[in-house]
Amino acid sequence: MRRDGPQWLDDEAGPIVRPYALTMGRTRSSGDEFDLIAMVTVNPSKAVDESLLGPEQVRILAFARQGAISVADIASDVDLPLGVVRVLLGDLHDQGLISVRPPAQVAPLPSARILKEVINGLRAL
Amino acid sequence: MAFAPSDEPVALKILVAGGFGVGKTTLVGAISEIRPLRTEEILSDRGVGVDDIDGVEGKTTTTVAMDFGRITIREGLVVYLFGTPGQERFWFMWDELSYGALGAVVLADTRRLTDCFPSIDYFEQRGTPFIVAVNCFDGADRHEPDDVRIALDLDQEVPVLLCDVRRRASAKVVLVTLVEHALKTLTASQR
Repeated sequence: MRRDGPQWLDDEAGPIVRPYALTMGRTRSSGDEFDLIAMVTVNPSKAVDESLLGPEQVRILAFARQGAISVADIASDVDLPLGVVRVLLGDLHDQGLISVRPPAQVAPLPSARILKEVINGLRAL
Repeated sequence: MAFAPSDEPVALKILVAGGFGVGKTTLVGAISEIRPLRTEEILSDRGVGVDDIDGVEGKTTTTVAMDFGRITIREGLVVYLFGTPGQERFWFMWDELSYGALGAVVLADTRRLTDCFPSIDYFEQRGTPFIVAVNCFDGADRHEPDDVRIALDLDQEVPVLLCDVRRRASAKVVLVTLVEHALKTLTASQR
């Protein structure tokens, strides 16, 4: 990956801005409990003033507007560490901009019907 | 993707565990669209003595990359695969990963069978349904699944199979075997 001009750092060197700088140093938030595969949706009723949000949060909202999306998908899409994404999601959740639903199957195992569907689906891949 | 309230999307989590270099990434990549997922973990005293932090005393976090794959069975039914970081010092992440997991694939290499002991212990203790998939490396002696079962001291009901994680068809069989095992475990517990 070459860019114009002298390149001092590549991706291997890590981010120029330390990840938790994006969260103003906070490593804990109300988003700590969000499961990796919890589904995030945007609350359509809530007006968003994007000027009050950080660019990363705006990007997260843009992804989530396309449909329900998991916490892990968001972290991978915006290419930020999971812990950082959880803090940012916690903020959005506190402001009522998003809903986060725990995965339906967490208690304790999915139904036999769902599992049979998965088995057939995998075979058909 | 819009979901009617009566048809809530279901997301299932499958873990892929095993020692370093056993083929976890290859397995996830053979069957799903693989993407990296980064975590930035706070270095706790659990890293002391393991992580060499000389010269970077100010470093309080460490980046861990996980393999993350998604298989869409149908709209509203998605299976997520997570390759668990192999090294034992990342065990603090396993609790989160295995919470609510449907089951786990423990990948084994017969040349380094002991590498998968920690994973097997972990899933046995947590009661997470798991199978052992022996990745057949070129140049490694072939072993019968039953020999592997004895060597690993596994319960009779834990499925053991041979696989080649580079092949999609083989990766499919591995996942189907796991979900079938999870289904059997579920049915048995409801009896």
